[in-house]
Amino acid sequence: MFKEAVGKKSTPVKNVVERSAVKKFAEAIGDPHPLFIDEEAVQRNIAPPTFPRVFEYGGIEGLHLPEKGLIHGEQHYHYNRPLYVGEDVYCYAQVDDYYERSGRSGDMGFLKVKRYGEDIDGRLIFSEEQVVIITEAVRKGMNV
Amino acid sequence: MNPMYGVQPGDKLKTMTLPAVTRLDLIKYAGASGDYNPIHTIDEEAEKAGLPGVIAHGMWTMGSLAKLFTPFYEDGFIQDYSIRFQGMVFVGDVLTLHADVVSHEESMITFDVYARNQQEKDVIRGNVVFRKHLETSAT
Repeated sequence: MFKEAVGKKSTPVKNVVERSAVKKFAEAIGDPHPLFIDEEAVQRNIAPPTFPRVFEYGGIEGLHLPEKGLIHGEQHYHYNRPLYVGEDVYCYAQVDDYYERSGRSGDMGFLKVKRYGEDIDGRLIFSEEQVVIITEAVRKGMNV
Repeated sequence: MNPMYGVQPGDKLKTMTLPAVTRLDLIKYAGASGDYNPIHTIDEEAEKAGLPGVIAHGMWTMGSLAKLFTPFYEDGFIQDYSIRFQGMVFVGDVLTLHADVVSHEESMITFDVYARNQQEKDVIRGNVVFRKHLETSAT
């Protein structure tokens, strides 16, 4: 099932970099810097680099991940410019790759998902790549 | 001269030791990120998954590590941030954040970044490429 999903894309979802969400996020990572949260002190507030975690990217047809048992192996972010508070970002996801490797606890599945955030003119602001490890036990539970 | 402009390979950003991780830290991150996987907040669920107790979201640790760079955002921004999640973080763990300069070429500074726990184990490790703003680096 994961193999078949490779190359599939979601339909872009419009997200807003909400001021209150950025503040809450910055506080949650222990980084309430004025640059992120102080509207008075800074001309243009930005969001922390890992903030895109908050966005919605739309569902990918045919890809159903279990809610439990996934292991986050790697995470990469690339920015063409910082993400600004208040701007609209159009986000979508694509399954980049899936492969299996034998490990100590059986065959491990590695799912690579890429996500993108673009401005209203379709210019890329950021992209990210996530590697999720799906253990054999979890795949058995899903019958895949 | 901004502090980021003169750094050389071998230089380190000032390390930061975080207060011991609390359950409330993880509850707050769950709410702020929308990641409600219960292994990060509810012990019973963590135990069902074979863990001794709740573990921190990898993305919480990754987000925390990036704050070493926040004081420098007037000089530039994080262009690339890559992390491998290598070890689990438990409630009570004390993490120290590190960023060591690997190279400094033109407008880009590459750092080796890692969060190390009280047992001297790196729980996450990777790289940051910090891109300096053009207006001050252009000649």
